[in-house]
Amino acid sequence: MTRKQRRMTIIGGSLAVLALAAALVLNALRDSIVFFSTPTMVAEKHVEPGKRFRLGGLVQPGSLQRGDNLAVTFEVADGGAKLPVAYKGILPDLFREGQGVVAEGALDANGVFKADTVLAKHDETYMPKEVADALKKQGHWKDDYGAKASDSVKPAATTAQGNPQGAVR
Amino acid sequence: MIAESGHYALVLALGLALIQSIVPLIGARLRDAALMNVARSAALAQLLFVGASFIALVMLHVNSDFSVANVYENSHSMKPLIYKITGVWGNHEGSMLLWVSILASFGGMVAAFGNNLPLSLRAHVLAVQAWIASAFYLFILVTSNPFLRIANPPIEGRDLNPVLQDIGLAVHPPMLYLGYVGFSISFSFAIAALMEGRIDAAWARWVRPWTLVAWIFLTLGIAMGSYWAYYELGWGGWWFWDPVENASLMPWLAGTALLHSALVMEKRNALKVWTILLSILTFSLSLLGTFLVRSGVITSVHAFATDPTRGVFILLILCLFIGGSLSLFAGRATSLKQGGLFAPISREGALVLNNLLLSVACAVVLFGTLYPLAMEALDFKMSVGAPFYNLTFVPLFALLLLAVPLGPMLAWKRGDLLGVTQRLLAAGVAALVVIAIVWAWTRGGSALAPLAIGLGVFVIGGAMTDLSERTGLFRLPFATTLHRARGLPRSAWGAAFAHAGLGIALIGIVCETTWNSEYIATMKQNDVAHVAGYDLKLDGLSQRQGPNFREMIAEFNVSRDGEKISVMTPSKRNFTTRGSSTTEAALLTRGASQLYVSLGDATADGAIAVRIYHKPLVLLIWWGPVLMAFGGMLSLSDRRLRVGAPKPARAKQRLQPAE
Repeated sequence: MTRKQRRMTIIGGSLAVLALAAALVLNALRDSIVFFSTPTMVAEKHVEPGKRFRLGGLVQPGSLQRGDNLAVTFEVADGGAKLPVAYKGILPDLFREGQGVVAEGALDANGVFKADTVLAKHDETYMPKEVADALKKQGHWKDDYGAKASDSVKPAATTAQGNPQGAVR
Repeated sequence: MIAESGHYALVLALGLALIQSIVPLIGARLRDAALMNVARSAALAQLLFVGASFIALVMLHVNSDFSVANVYENSHSMKPLIYKITGVWGNHEGSMLLWVSILASFGGMVAAFGNNLPLSLRAHVLAVQAWIASAFYLFILVTSNPFLRIANPPIEGRDLNPVLQDIGLAVHPPMLYLGYVGFSISFSFAIAALMEGRIDAAWARWVRPWTLVAWIFLTLGIAMGSYWAYYELGWGGWWFWDPVENASLMPWLAGTALLHSALVMEKRNALKVWTILLSILTFSLSLLGTFLVRSGVITSVHAFATDPTRGVFILLILCLFIGGSLSLFAGRATSLKQGGLFAPISREGALVLNNLLLSVACAVVLFGTLYPLAMEALDFKMSVGAPFYNLTFVPLFALLLLAVPLGPMLAWKRGDLLGVTQRLLAAGVAALVVIAIVWAWTRGGSALAPLAIGLGVFVIGGAMTDLSERTGLFRLPFATTLHRARGLPRSAWGAAFAHAGLGIALIGIVCETTWNSEYIATMKQNDVAHVAGYDLKLDGLSQRQGPNFREMIAEFNVSRDGEKISVMTPSKRNFTTRGSSTTEAALLTRGASQLYVSLGDATADGAIAVRIYHKPLVLLIWWGPVLMAFGGMLSLSDRRLRVGAPKPARAKQRLQPAE
């Protein structure tokens, strides 16, 4: 092989790997991206049952009901609309009525949001960022949420409790 | 006084760094040895002053001096001593101070042990180190001074975030930073080489041990962080594809590629330009990681916009160093001479493939980390999580693992792929047998899991085949094999261990994700949970007062087939100062598998929510990286004999690269 041919082989190989990676990324972007919505956005846009998304808002005070064997239902509100959520499992340490929450899952046929993950962070003053932004935009922001979570050098320390996507298992 | 002295020492360190940034370069221009030697003493003095500054902050934390804002915000007089010390870097200001301290230590080590480096190369390297240091000293002094006083000192501090009150904080951030910052050395060497317009195999021989040191620490740091998250967060997850984790994974991927390309450069004098580029990119990714973690941009792009000083400052540093080094690279790279030729199928070719796959995998992680940030700036909110990486990163890495056993067995220059495949037959057969057994054992399960385990076995088998081929095991008399094994370079052993570590980690990951069993329920006293053949009986709940928390402890009696094994005591801690709680999981290790119990909330009628996991072979996930790091250390102990020797004739010179 001449020098030129060798170089072409390497360049060709590189392009092939790059093309493979690009194809994988594009394919993954189509299927695995999870968008964020608030109850108002769900009410405005028709969201198909079964389509996964992240729901964020405040837990409606008085809406939390505990059923048998760790089943819970509560409502997520953002001032404009409310959406019932059903979840089975242990709620995060900081889950409280009136506070911010992010749940991941999909709507069922009855319009109930079946969550398989409920996220809340460890810090008392923490407000999930999507919720804070959405509430700010809709004018329901209270300043006392503003004091943000303190710094931490530990990566997972600021990670939400709960299984982020379910696929880790 | 201590705070002011610490602050003053930091300012002096900045002054020294500025001198070190300029004077040696003038010396190199004028070929003045005295001026070039300023670099050495400046680097050592700088280390002394940063060290003093860091010790000052530690003393303030130990003494619980709440007149200092940093101590007030992150400490509490009742906190155990160990967490008072580790709390120093459990916050933004302190961790940045740790960052520069480690940077200064690396600079100091080049200064102290770099006696056999060409004088002008050492001057250049230390000057570049000082540029980085100056930028970060300025950052700390301008935006995040840890020594700020409070006018009216409070009596009690606000305590450290409870999640961080763990031994993991003592080990994980320093390790990670040693890795991150260690790559600054190869960066400085790359810039120095570009400025001097000269680069040869001796350069690679110098860079490789430093890269290896950084890589070892980063490997251990990431593994440690992952284990910490696993036992501390209470639900048994060990990797989240969180931007902060990705920030540490990207330099690791690029650093691993650098390690391998520097090998080609050292042995064959090829891939010079690429190695230089990788050195720059690896440290750039470390800087990017620092930016992502420290600027608040991860919490929200908008949070970044509301308090921009820190973020903008680091972004400036980032642009300056990445942009500057890449422009220098673009301008000077062509002047570097081309090296040795090789056929596509050869050891070099295999290492090129390794580099290609690693850097593309790294690019995918980079994309997944930055894409949501970019979209958020455009007001789309989304999350890129495990499913994305499972579809992109995992196939690329599987391809890489498939090639791992082939690489070390190919000859330099021109390899014989068919011959290598034949020699790997045993490993391949072992992998197939394991696939068949696992398949049969777990009928109806996912087809991917047995295949992935087979891949892990193939990687381990390949590493063993490589060793047995080199030592002539089973072909030659045993005594000869033993003799050969002793004569084998330690780097060959190191490579085999590191590659086997990859396989082991893969097997652990697959087993944990596929056959993890989970039991979540509310339990009352004397309730029994059955998980994966184990019976866990809740004996009772009790309360206990800790130094700065109250905890509720549950006691579980663990038995298997009626035979008592152990008692597990998970707890839930309430930290009064911050009013927050943490979940302390209880772990029971059985071989490489673990039982994992963590507590949820107690209900009104005395029952408690409980999560119990059985995680088969989960420990392999961390044993793998430990084995990789061990391989790295073996390789390092081999290199030590040859570090920086400009000619092979001086190979006997002993020099310690970094400890």
